[in-house]
Amino acid sequence: MAERPGWASGDMDLERPSVARIYDYFLGGAHNFAADRAVANRTLRAMPELRGVVLTNRALLRRMVRHLLGLGIRQFLDLGSGIPTAGNVHEIAHRVDPSSKVVYVDVDAVAVAHGRSILVDVPNATALRADVREAKTVLESAEVRSTLDFDQPIAVLMIALLHFVPDSDEPHRLVAEYLDPLVPGSYLGVSHSGYEDGEEGEGAARARRTYSEEVARMTHRNRAELAGLFGDLEIVDPGVVRMPYWHPESPDDVDEAAARFPGFAALGRKR
Amino acid sequence: MTERVDQRVPSSRSELDPALVAGAEAFARTWATAVIGSSYVPMTRAEVAEHLQALTEVLVTALFANPFRTAPGHEIGARLVEAHFTGTDTLGRTVQLLGDDLLTELGITLDDRMAPRLAALQGALAAGYARALRERTLAEQEAIRAAVLDARDQAEAALRASEARFRAMFTEAAIGIGIADIEGRILDVNQALQDMLGFTVDEMRQYNIRDLMHPEDSGTVWRLYDQLIAGDCDHYRAEKRFHRADGEQVWTHLTLSLVRDDHGEPQYQVAMIEDVTDRHLLQNRLRYQALHDPLTGLPNRALFLERLGRVFAAAAGATGRRAGLCYLDLDGFKVINDSLGHDIGDQLLVEVGRRLDHSVSGDGKLVARMGGDEFVILVEGSDSTQDIVNVADRVLHELEAPIKIGGHELTVSASIGIVERPLLGTTAADLMRDADITLYWAKADGKSRWALYNPERNAREVARFTLSATMPAALERDEFYVDYQPLVRLADSRITGVEALVRWQHPEFGRLAPDRFIELAEETGLIVPLGRWVLRKACEEGRRWLEEFGDAAPFVSVNLAVRQSRDPELVRDVKRILDECGLPPHHLQLELTESAIMGTADEPLEALRALSDMGVRIAIDDFGTGYSNLAYLKHLPVHELKIAGSFMEGLRAADEEDAVDAQIVSTLVQLAHALGLGVTAEGVETPAQAKRLHRIGCDTGQGWFFARPGRPEDVDHLLRGGL
Repeated sequence: MAERPGWASGDMDLERPSVARIYDYFLGGAHNFAADRAVANRTLRAMPELRGVVLTNRALLRRMVRHLLGLGIRQFLDLGSGIPTAGNVHEIAHRVDPSSKVVYVDVDAVAVAHGRSILVDVPNATALRADVREAKTVLESAEVRSTLDFDQPIAVLMIALLHFVPDSDEPHRLVAEYLDPLVPGSYLGVSHSGYEDGEEGEGAARARRTYSEEVARMTHRNRAELAGLFGDLEIVDPGVVRMPYWHPESPDDVDEAAARFPGFAALGRKR
Repeated sequence: MTERVDQRVPSSRSELDPALVAGAEAFARTWATAVIGSSYVPMTRAEVAEHLQALTEVLVTALFANPFRTAPGHEIGARLVEAHFTGTDTLGRTVQLLGDDLLTELGITLDDRMAPRLAALQGALAAGYARALRERTLAEQEAIRAAVLDARDQAEAALRASEARFRAMFTEAAIGIGIADIEGRILDVNQALQDMLGFTVDEMRQYNIRDLMHPEDSGTVWRLYDQLIAGDCDHYRAEKRFHRADGEQVWTHLTLSLVRDDHGEPQYQVAMIEDVTDRHLLQNRLRYQALHDPLTGLPNRALFLERLGRVFAAAAGATGRRAGLCYLDLDGFKVINDSLGHDIGDQLLVEVGRRLDHSVSGDGKLVARMGGDEFVILVEGSDSTQDIVNVADRVLHELEAPIKIGGHELTVSASIGIVERPLLGTTAADLMRDADITLYWAKADGKSRWALYNPERNAREVARFTLSATMPAALERDEFYVDYQPLVRLADSRITGVEALVRWQHPEFGRLAPDRFIELAEETGLIVPLGRWVLRKACEEGRRWLEEFGDAAPFVSVNLAVRQSRDPELVRDVKRILDECGLPPHHLQLELTESAIMGTADEPLEALRALSDMGVRIAIDDFGTGYSNLAYLKHLPVHELKIAGSFMEGLRAADEEDAVDAQIVSTLVQLAHALGLGVTAEGVETPAQAKRLHRIGCDTGQGWFFARPGRPEDVDHLLRGGL
């Protein structure tokens, strides 16, 4: 992708499933096409609980942003933000403080075009089309530089992102590249698909294979591996936990399946 | 965002009975549990419950309202969708839950009044939900399609911008760019290339690449082209000439690249063409300047040598290929330059150059100015030496006509050295060197002529040079020695003197007689130390003879070269040597040639007089061969005439004599005697000669008849035993 010019990218092809649109479909949105729904339904058949997993992930985003707002954070860099669907970061943030700054970054040209159309009248929020693996490009973009104040703490959100970055793409280096220019007190929020070793069921494995082959390659990481990606950051309470356990809003949110939930979350603070 | 929802439905609980409110709360909890998880709703569980309770209260209010209306059912359905309860399970569970649980939770009996009302509200809710979901879905589908179009528009705009940039680059590039398909059909050329070649795009499109072939193209250009078209190479660079539309030529640097399609098949060829005509012409001019003489415009030494080198390279290994050189130098050019000035000299050279060029034209001939007044003519592929001799004759003839410059009518002549030979076995350097030597011969032989290279003559000269170069060291290494030839008094056959004759025992050439090296020694000046050395040897020998033979000891006669005779140190040297050897001066005779004595100024005469006064005898050697001033002769300090051996020829035969020779010798003897001088005849080889000379009155004889030159011991032997 990097060696092809941006306008030659194939992500405007409606026949090709898109991570962002499939995610939207799982959340109950209609910002998707037949090809997206076909893959989504195939994975759902292999792993019916997947829709719940995605909803939980979306709910985690909401909780994490609210938590960060509670910690005084007013700047958000949402990497791999996808289709701007129900419950976006800027909606959550602006409800608490309308001056909060949000930059959405995604490589999906359609997702970003949609985002821009929504954000056209929204101050303090913008969308950037870029490959998040190119941290330097993102951090030096006009969108980021004109929206975010690097003298103030920034929360970098990698929600359901790093499981699309295989070890060969050096995810720990990517994390460092984003966090290094930020002032102490900045945060990295992560949710990540994964299990402890041996937990993945047959259906889930099949769903992952389908998704990897037809949409984007997925790399599961266990708790320790995810913790390793935080490098020098201080992982704040409650540490690296399965998503439902990360600051739940209600005891009902933590059901009997939470203990084997196929994904982890954690928030790291720059010292 | 569009999804923004006002989750706070205005409460109308004040209109409701508290019992109903409690029931509604309980129902809302059940409802929330049933629908949470069917789609993502951006609310906490508590917020969801609160939202659904508000909707439940609207529903309960509607159940009891008079008149009964179904509109609130529609509204509730729409609000569910608005809150993003978009999972289709939501509606089913909601409708079912309304039927199963609502009236129970509210403590209401499903009677004839309530049953239709509930059913109507359920229907209205379902209809409202369906319509809202349909609208939301359509809106979102429209939004995502609009996003796709936006993204495509942006991509296309980027593509157009990119294309525009490339088009601008192509159009505005200062370098010529042309694109052709793989068959060589020209598809497009930019302005720079049109300007360069003088054709329009449309004209160029009529052409195939191969139409642009230039007769001067090197073979590699088109061989590489074929390789490129075949896909064997992806690009190449070459120097290439093109014809312009106006017939002029353009020199270019061409870079041709192959463009392949996605499958790697050759698709287009792109030529980048840079006009280097100016640079090329400049290089040509610089090269011309570097290789031509600015004065005459003729090729210079560098070009000549380059050409000569090429002649040899082209003939490498081939037998039968010949070439010749005329190395020409004007005679007396320095005089013209010095007397008439360099400007006249330069004009003369220009005219000479013009005549040479004019007289020597045609393929395989090159006239070059080597510098100064030296010119060289190269004739390639000559058949014989005569070819070159003809060229030299023509040149000499051409130069005969006087040259008029600035009012002067100058007559010039030239000397030419000619070398002509097969190329095999010789080198350019050999040819040049031999031509140069031969030119020197032509000069030495009298100028205004040509000379042919002659290997024997060269060998002799080389030997001369070798001798001349090794002579000083030979003197130090005692390679010289002295032989003596008796001078015999004809009256009584007594040995009165011996002539000292220097020899060189050369380590390479063997024993060398004086005629091989004395002249060389004169040229180099070595004659002075060599003569001094001979004089000392002879004097030492004379002293020994004096000691051994007393009154019978012979004087020693030593030759004095011209240069020695003019050496201001001569008198002092002779005196010192006589003193050191202890030889009385009258035991020494110095032999000088006529020219050494006659043709000189006063100074040497003074020296001779001093020597004569000292008691040293002076003899004139080879008398009769030069031009003696007989009147002058009587004033000279001379004691002896030695008549040259050539006069003895006529006196040689036993039976008859040459009357003229006999008369000459007789006259010379009378002359000498009249002047009070003694006479020695050289070259006496027969008894008849000796007898006749004695009869004529000659005093002394020297020659093989008496004794050949020999070692001092041989003289000892003769002195003891007589002749």
